[in-house]
Amino acid sequence: MSFKVIKTLLTTQYAYMLEYRIEIALWALSGVLPFIMFSLWSQNDVGNSFGLNDIGLARYFLSAFLVRQFSVVWVVFSFEEDSLSGRLSPYLLQPLHPLFRYVASHLAEQATRLPFAIAIAITFFILNPSSFWLPSLPQLFLAYLSTHLAFTIAFLLQSLVAALCFWTEKSSALERLIFVPYLFLSGLLVPLSAFPSNVLKVAMITPFPYLINFPAKVLSGMPVDIFNGFLAQILWISILVPSVNILWKLGLKRYTAMGA
Amino acid sequence: MHNNPNDLIVVDQLSKYYRVANKQPGFKGTLKHFFDRKTYDVPAVTDISFKISPGEVVGFLGANGAGKTTLLKMMCGLIHPSTGLVDVGGFSPQRRQTAFLKEITLVMGQKQQLIWDLPPMDSLYVNAAVYGLSDHEAKVRINELAEMLELGEELTRPVRKLSLGQRMKSEILAALLHKPSVLFLDEPTLGLDVNAQARVRSFLSEYNKRTGATILLTSHYMADITALCPRVICIHKGKLFYDGDLDSLANSLSPSREVKVELKNPCAIEQFDKYGEIQDLNDRFVCLLVSRDKLTDVVSNLLTDFDIIDLEISDPPIDQLIGELFIKGEVN
Repeated sequence: MSFKVIKTLLTTQYAYMLEYRIEIALWALSGVLPFIMFSLWSQNDVGNSFGLNDIGLARYFLSAFLVRQFSVVWVVFSFEEDSLSGRLSPYLLQPLHPLFRYVASHLAEQATRLPFAIAIAITFFILNPSSFWLPSLPQLFLAYLSTHLAFTIAFLLQSLVAALCFWTEKSSALERLIFVPYLFLSGLLVPLSAFPSNVLKVAMITPFPYLINFPAKVLSGMPVDIFNGFLAQILWISILVPSVNILWKLGLKRYTAMGA
Repeated sequence: MHNNPNDLIVVDQLSKYYRVANKQPGFKGTLKHFFDRKTYDVPAVTDISFKISPGEVVGFLGANGAGKTTLLKMMCGLIHPSTGLVDVGGFSPQRRQTAFLKEITLVMGQKQQLIWDLPPMDSLYVNAAVYGLSDHEAKVRINELAEMLELGEELTRPVRKLSLGQRMKSEILAALLHKPSVLFLDEPTLGLDVNAQARVRSFLSEYNKRTGATILLTSHYMADITALCPRVICIHKGKLFYDGDLDSLANSLSPSREVKVELKNPCAIEQFDKYGEIQDLNDRFVCLLVSRDKLTDVVSNLLTDFDIIDLEISDPPIDQLIGELFIKGEVN
């Protein structure tokens, strides 16, 4: 794929997202689950049992919020709608893998979310001034990288489920199979350090801790095994890319071009 | 089937079956459907073979559910055949190789690839980038096609604000931006008013003349077929039962022609028995159905035997013939 295709797709999708800026602001606001969890854990003084004081807890959950804002994925829902309505058909007959269109749409949406996410972060610091911190440039770079790798893993996981549309037609129902473990094992509800060691061991062999917990720890400056974290992210991507590719090719043989 | 190098498209013993589930009505049927779902294969296309030469414009005729759209989808590579072969310009369509995709396009009436909330121009530039056109090439091509399609500032208005006709023309522009040599058009005039239909038809005809592109078209409007397609392929219940030119089809469907006569003076009905089958007799006007092989003699005799003011020979309307054909399901 050429640079021109990437640039044109991103600028067009960004223009499209700007048409829906109010909706995107509301989506950004709807991602406040980490703040709810923060208020819950900090009031009960449970944070100490996680090995985190109030400031650490606040920084972790703000980081979790920001990572979630830039790694949230909805490809299974868009793909299912396009597949059922017949909009997928013309995309399949163009010399560009349809999944790239969804990637562009997600990245454009992230760019549209950025100012809203910053505004929410500023509001959080105003309400919790003691938790204010500015990550160093290398820390910011590593957090940016790990967040995008987290987005890639989440996108590939959902693409794997989306490809099941070729078999089940309603694969969004199967997305729940990913969402529930994601909710509990990603670190969105509670830092993974709160888990009993045997549960933690099991969690760490799944891709979920690398979607929120790892990038959030990098961003908040908490102690984290950077090398093994990135290694695990790359490993999961290298497993998921061929898996999506194989499932996609098998699925296309069953495609019936419904609604078209 | 032997492949002639002059054949652009070769379809050989092509079949497609869809697996469907059968559900009985009512709560009992719902429970049974949930726990013990019964599926079976429904044939959509059965053992169809034909060849198409470069530059041909071919119309696919058939009632709803006849299998013509499934056939088109297999030829453009959207769906895989169950059995049989399709070859389009040396490519196996279902492999969707880049070189093949750059040579074809698919236009589906009422289905859109344009981004709904943005002007068509944005989608056009995405397509231009996807097909590897430079900005200059894209601009020239957009201007050329926009002129042919009579599109102007509509291209910079959000798609949602365009009329159905303007949207369809923009869709066609987007589909033809990369200069495809094979056009698969599935109901391209569906839902358009008479004027918009005529404009799309005249554009397609001009496009075929200018570029020599091969056009495969399905339509429910006979006017599309008669205006554009010298050759028609008729499909009934998934099977091919006619492949040839439209005139021959009309001849096969109706071996007779209508002869309408305006007489100077009224005549008795019995006087016309020997000339053909009387369709109508009203004062001085007679309508006869005369077999084609006797037409010259009958017309000559009528002119000799009667005092005639006017005489008109015509084919029965093609719409009516095709309609009867779909009901009968066979050609005479």
